[in-house]
Amino acid sequence: MQDFASELKGALTQILSMDSGFVEIIGLSLRVSLSATAFSCLLGLVLGAFLAVSKFRGRQGCIILLNALMGLPPVVVGLFVYLNLSRAGPLGWLGLLYTPTAMIIAQTILITPIVAALSRQVLEDLHDEYREHFASLGLGMPAQIRAVLWDGRYSLITVALAAFGRSVAEVGAVIIVGGNIEHLTRVMTTAIALETSKGNLSLAVALGIVLLAIALAVNAMVASLRLSASRLGYA
Amino acid sequence: MKTIRKLSIAAAMTVTLAVAGTAAAQDKSILVQSTTSTANSGLYDHLLPMFTGKSGITVNVVAVGTGQAIKNAQNCDADVLLVHAKASEEKFVSEGYGVQRFDLMYNDFVIVGPAADPAGVKGMNDVKAALTKLAEAKAPFASRGDDSGTHKKEMSLWKAAGIEPGGEWYRSTGSGMGATLNAGVGMGAYVMTDRATWISFGNKGDYEIAVEGDEAMFNQYGVILVNPEKCSSVKQAEGQAFIDWLLSAEGQNAIRAYQVDGQQLFFPNADPGQMKKAG
Repeated sequence: MQDFASELKGALTQILSMDSGFVEIIGLSLRVSLSATAFSCLLGLVLGAFLAVSKFRGRQGCIILLNALMGLPPVVVGLFVYLNLSRAGPLGWLGLLYTPTAMIIAQTILITPIVAALSRQVLEDLHDEYREHFASLGLGMPAQIRAVLWDGRYSLITVALAAFGRSVAEVGAVIIVGGNIEHLTRVMTTAIALETSKGNLSLAVALGIVLLAIALAVNAMVASLRLSASRLGYA
Repeated sequence: MKTIRKLSIAAAMTVTLAVAGTAAAQDKSILVQSTTSTANSGLYDHLLPMFTGKSGITVNVVAVGTGQAIKNAQNCDADVLLVHAKASEEKFVSEGYGVQRFDLMYNDFVIVGPAADPAGVKGMNDVKAALTKLAEAKAPFASRGDDSGTHKKEMSLWKAAGIEPGGEWYRSTGSGMGATLNAGVGMGAYVMTDRATWISFGNKGDYEIAVEGDEAMFNQYGVILVNPEKCSSVKQAEGQAFIDWLLSAEGQNAIRAYQVDGQQLFFPNADPGQMKKAG
């Protein structure tokens, strides 16, 4: 077995050399996961805000379902999207399987429940706080949704970053619908899986370090946003 | 306010880029469903630039186990199938999913094990005897267990030796060749692997080839064009061009020329007459 120190050294050399293939993989990872995060925010925030401010029969059931869907296993989402996008499936005519678009679709399905469920919680608390205020102003639902979305924006950015973290780190869905095709659908996590299976551990470790660095950067962003938000709040 | 607006513009641009980028990648490319053994060995990295340079056709390879590759091709999610399980390939063609199967190249399987060789099989060239000895010694053995070509071959060899492998010593990893080798090296288990993956594998530890050279461990690769009559999405001309090139003297020489650490990994054996028989 190769020891960890030598793998780490090889990994750092790999990162510092920044060859084009390596950069391409990181770039595609970011492109796919940022797109998925953008789409899931469009869908999830609207759904979350709607559930937060509305009252209807079955609302509690929707919330429970949404919370449960946060635990969707990526492999199951991957299989579901594969079966639909496969040429033999209902959406096969689109020819989307084994493209970055398919990966974006799979990750969007994976993280939309996270955005919706977490934002529902944040916005409902906010809405409870504003309830009387809204009533006195006689605001309709669209205006209420706009108001809570705006006032909850810093917490919602945290929600979006949590969703991004989940999508950029998952491998189960993208390897099935993307196929890990070189120069086309190979992202960091599928490359890590491949390089590990080739016994090429230093490249796998290098990609792992980059993934970790991105996760750290994401968390640092959240922290600094929170900090500046609270400073503004007390200013 | 401004930052949020900028952010949303950036997000919208990302989305547009993502969608635009995929549309551009569609033209003149084919999709090949293939095995982890060919991809992990680096053969495609060697062959594909030559073919693409000549034909202008990009070849996208999905590397999975033979069983999954065949299923994906049956779902029309491939133009060409390049795998190594002759019986399954012939079934694929006879059921109408493939046009015709061509012999492409071969390599062989070997059994690798720790240098200490607890089962005492090192140097054997009779695979049935070696497997019997492994089972009697209850030496740990890591199997693919994933319905891949290699797994099918392993099962047929156990069957030929009259052994039903099972028990605590027989560990089915349910994963690809490289992952199984990693697991085997990690737990001191013997592993049957194709020679190409073994030679190019980067995490050998103290492992060595223990059993090799039996004709029963011959590993034939075949290539098949997915049937356009069954799957209208098949890019027939491009897929056939790739197969023709692989079977041509140029393609066969390119396969022969591929080496890792000074060792040839695949031995081309396309029958020059087989194309004519197809016509």
